[in-house]
This record gives sequence, structure tokens and C-alpha cells, in this order.
Amino acid sequence: MNPNPVILITGTRKGIGRYLVDYYLKKDFQVIGCSRSESDCKHSNYWHFCADVADEKTVEKYFSEIDERFGGLDILVNNAGIASMNHMLLTPLKTLKNIYETNVFGTFLFCREAAKLMQKKKRGRIINFATVATPLDLEGEAAYASSKAAVESLTRIFAKELAPFGITVNAVGPTPIKTDLIRSVPEEKMKALLQRQAIRRYGEFKDVAHVLDFFIQKESDFVTGQVVYLGGIS
Amino acid sequence: MEEITAIIFEAINQINRQLDIDKQLVKSEAAVLYGPSGKLDSIGFVMLIVNIEQRLKKKYKKAITLTNEKAMSQKNSPFLSVRSLTLYIQKLLAEKR
Ligand SMILES: NC(=O)c1ccc[n+]([C@@H]2O[C@H](COP(=O)([O-])OP(=O)(O)OC[C@H]3O[C@@H](n4cnc5c(N)ncnc54)[C@H](OP(=O)(O)O)[C@@H]3O)[C@@H](O)[C@H]2O)c1
Repeated sequence: MNPNPVILITGTRKGIGRYLVDYYLKKDFQVIGCSRSESDCKHSNYWHFCADVADEKTVEKYFSEIDERFGGLDILVNNAGIASMNHMLLTPLKTLKNIYETNVFGTFLFCREAAKLMQKKKRGRIINFATVATPLDLEGEAAYASSKAAVESLTRIFAKELAPFGITVNAVGPTPIKTDLIRSVPEEKMKALLQRQAIRRYGEFKDVAHVLDFFIQKESDFVTGQVVYLGGIS
Repeated sequence: MEEITAIIFEAINQINRQLDIDKQLVKSEAAVLYGPSGKLDSIGFVMLIVNIEQRLKKKYKKAITLTNEKAMSQKNSPFLSVRSLTLYIQKLLAEKR
């Protein structure tokens, strides 16, 4: 890995993505971020572009720019994601489409474009975002949990398809972390969910960063196609 | 036309450097790129296509995706030979204009 690796993180305006920007800037990484709106980060080693992760034309354009500006890419973190909680009988198809666009199509598109850059150097790390809602089959989260099930499947298949290029593909599956994503979920639902974890507390940003660090390490070049859930969910 | 063939040859050059001698592609218009009588395995093919796409992007400042569903299922695959691929790229570039 470079002394100052180039890391691209999606969904960096707020939440986990915003934390990861500061976290990797502190480690002297060159950080590229993306979200639909502007970022408040003004650090000289941070470059932000505004895009919907599922907009193929725009994303392709920015990947060309990344190649020109940074001469490649070392790490991709597909963090951008949206959720929606509702009973399936009350879920409009449009909701499902929106969630799949960002979580599945966005992840697919970024993996594909990143792998094109990474394969030139025959190395790279891709980390996708899963969720414990998938293995727990949480009621009221059909759209969200199934979209992340697709992300898990992409992760395992890409791991195989990209192994010949020296690229590993893994996923981290956080438990609930207090961000806007879960703000609308009632407190008692959250408490019940925490009770299903082996370690019964909310997740924190640093818990996620720690798993990312493990996947990114040079020594993790034999670790691929894995989904690591936090909090003792399996 | 010649310009596009030259780009394909440059990509072949680069890919050949990563292939065993007996797997290397010949740089001629009739050279078979992919198919039953081709030498490239599927990974080699992916590397070649991505390499050509990146060169086209640099040269023409346009993002060209060579492997759309139509191309992959065409009876006369554009990926059969350097010549057929050149013609196919020419067509795609014209469509983008
Ligand atoms: N928080 C949790 O409890 C939890 C648990 C398990 C997994 N996760 C996963 O962790 C990831 C981050 O979640 P979070 O809690 O940090 O969410 P968040 O606070 O809602 O932030 C989501 C981020 O993604 C960006 N974004 C959303 N849709 C986008 C799109 N179409 N294109 C580009 N950017 C987009 C948002 O910025 P813009 O609005 O400006 O686009 C924002 O920066 C998600 O993949 C989520 O599924 C979270």
C-alpha cells in the first residue's frame, strides 16, 4: 500500500461516512468523498464530488477524474445507503426502487468502476456496507434488509471475480448506530433489537472503523468475500 | 480506423506483458481475440477490454462501454477479431458524437 493511500468513501456528508473522512485524514490518507449534497470538510487532503451513487454517467465521469487527479485508487468504501421501515403491506414499490438504486445499484457501479482502476496496479481493497437487519430478518425492514442481502451476495461474487486482480472485497455489517438513518425508528423497537445482540449496546463509529482497518491492512490480502457483523450477530 | 486499431494493438502489447509466451496475442487485424479458437482466458479477455476502454476514454474523452448486453449476445461477436472490434468501436464512437 502507498504511504498515503487513496481512499474513496461514499456517503460522506453525514453519519458514519462523515466520521470516516476525519478518521482517515488523521491517518494521512488522501480521502475522496461523495454524496448528493456538498460536504463541510475543508481539509486540503479531502476532495468531494456531488453525485447520486446510482447515476452511471456522472459516476463514470468522476472516476475518470479520480484517475487523472490521483493516478489510481487503493481503497473503496461503499458506505452510502438509505433505509425505510414499514410493513410490506404498506410499502410502495417506489420505496423499494429508491432503496435498491442507492444500496444495490450504487454499490455495484462503484465496485465496477473502482475495480477498473485497481486492476491496473493489481491490488485494491473494496469494503461494502451490510447490516445486521439481514441475518436477523427484521420485520418492517423487508426493503432495506433485502437490498443489503443483495450487497452481501455481490460482495462474495466480486471477491471471486476480482481475486485474479489482487483486489479483495469484504463487507462490514453494523448493529444500530445513532445516526439519521435510524432516527425514525421508535426507541422500544431499538431496545428490543439490542437485546438480540450478544453485546447489548449501540454501535459506535469507531467499531466500524476498526473492521475497515482490518480489511485494509496489507496482511489481510488473504481475507476476501467475508461479511463481518458487529455486536455478536451471526 | 487505423487510430482505433493502433489503440487495440497498444492494449494487446500491455496485456501480453502479463501473459505466458504461449498465451500471447498476435498483433494482426485477423487475430482472434476471444472465442473457441482464441488464446485469451476469460480474465485475460476482461483485462484486454478494460484496457481498451481506458485508452479510448483518454483519447476521445468519452466513456465507452464495450460490453453491453447486445454486443455480448450478438451472433457475430464484435470481440472475435481485432478487425471486428475496430469496426464495432468505430460505430460506438459515431453513435456518441
Ligand atoms: N446507522 C445504523 O444504525 C446502521 C446500521 C447498519 C448499517 N448501516 C449502514 O451504514 C451506512 C451509512 O449509514 P449512516 O447511518 O451513516 O446513514 P446516514 O447518516 O443517513 O448517512 C447516509 C449518507 O449517505 C449519503 N447518501 C444517501 N443516498 C445517497 C446517494 N443516492 N448517493 C450518494 N450519497 C448518498 C448521504 O448524503 P446525501 O444525503 O448528501 O446524499 C449521507 O452522507 C449505510 O450503508 C447503512 O445502511 C447503518
